[in-house]
Amino acid sequence: MDAFAALLGKDLRVELRTLRSLPAMALFAVTIFVAFRFGLDRTGLEGGLAAGVLVVTLLFAAILAINRLFVAEREEGGFELIRLAPIDRTLLFAAKAAALFVYLVALELVVVPIFALFFLDSAAPLPPLVPVLLLADLGLALTGTLVSTIATMSSARDLLAPLILLPLLVPVVIAAAGAAEPVLRAGGPEYERFGTWLAVLGLYDGVFALVGYGVFDYLLDD
Amino acid sequence: MTETTARERGGAGALAERVRAPAISASGLRREFGERTGLHPVDLRLEAGRTLAVLGPNGSGKTTLLRVLAGLLRPSGGEVEVLGSSLPEAAWRLRGRVGYLGHRPMLYRDLSCRENLRLASRLNGLEREAAETRISSLLAAVAMNGRADDCVAELSAGMAQRVSLCQAVLHEPELLLLDEAESHLDAEARELAEGLIGPAPGRTRVLVSHDRERALDAADAVLEL
Repeated sequence: MDAFAALLGKDLRVELRTLRSLPAMALFAVTIFVAFRFGLDRTGLEGGLAAGVLVVTLLFAAILAINRLFVAEREEGGFELIRLAPIDRTLLFAAKAAALFVYLVALELVVVPIFALFFLDSAAPLPPLVPVLLLADLGLALTGTLVSTIATMSSARDLLAPLILLPLLVPVVIAAAGAAEPVLRAGGPEYERFGTWLAVLGLYDGVFALVGYGVFDYLLDD
Repeated sequence: MTETTARERGGAGALAERVRAPAISASGLRREFGERTGLHPVDLRLEAGRTLAVLGPNGSGKTTLLRVLAGLLRPSGGEVEVLGSSLPEAAWRLRGRVGYLGHRPMLYRDLSCRENLRLASRLNGLEREAAETRISSLLAAVAMNGRADDCVAELSAGMAQRVSLCQAVLHEPELLLLDEAESHLDAEARELAEGLIGPAPGRTRVLVSHDRERALDAADAVLEL
């Protein structure tokens, strides 16, 4: 666990020091909200449309961080350092996924209230959105870390990560939007099939946690 | 295809040396990168506690050999055993027992020297208090204690190399694999570095160098690629 804490602490410290990912993600998300507001010519969104705008915006903002996730490891010798150390390499997968999860939560603390200001009549839908977003973040973090590892080994990583990642994240988008849709309805939050979609998100997270645990060691190998 | 064999320098005591366990033994070790041969077949045997100098022109496979011995690259063929572990099957048993210094520093540019060494110490399972003491003494040994809290991005190449040397020996490895360890170092820094990476009881070293004279002075055996 000390190695996990060391790797996670390193990533968070570097991000706090350099602010390379989070400000770009937040700015990107807010820009997309502005584009939707004027593009749709609507001052309010509800139901499926609101859920779609929120989930897809967060997904694309996440890709900015996913593209940068292993840059330091590749360019500054971090992979060699970890491969030479007497640790389970899966700890790197866990630490990177945890760091990405923290970035996404921090991003949402900033941009979801802005989304509410732009498009919602009240803040009532926000509390029930919390479990939806947390489970979606976990899925994004696990799948994003896995795909970022594969893409990092390629010279076309900026192109490869979204191309592989977006199809893999379709279930997350469907389930997160499905859970958020009744919560964001015009008359106030409803909970139709809310639990079912949360269960789908949880299942997705579990599957990709196991896939990551199973294959990460091989991805780091020569 | 060329075959290269390490040869011992000096004949005296050769019999006594043979009874020591080899730290490294390789037979027909080679590595290909697709169509290109990175390392032609190599035979070598290095006893524990001795120093091997690996010499050769650019592109002869010196760095590739070092990376294979560190367990960072899989050999394409031949047999190789390092510290009693057959590679690549038991490469995991080498982790934490090898100190590796590659062409480029394994240092995060946005962390300070001390933070980088602290991270390496935690990855290698060093006890925290002992690690702090060792990090301070290593940085002092290469005259970097005054820059210990500066980010690596702010350091010159020579200073980063000094920190890399500290990182390579931080966990007191049994085997040191050093690729151009003295590159970027001035004369004073070379003297300081010698204290860290020089011969020591029980320490086996493989040195890759373009400085033939210095490498031959330091080595017990030579491998020409």
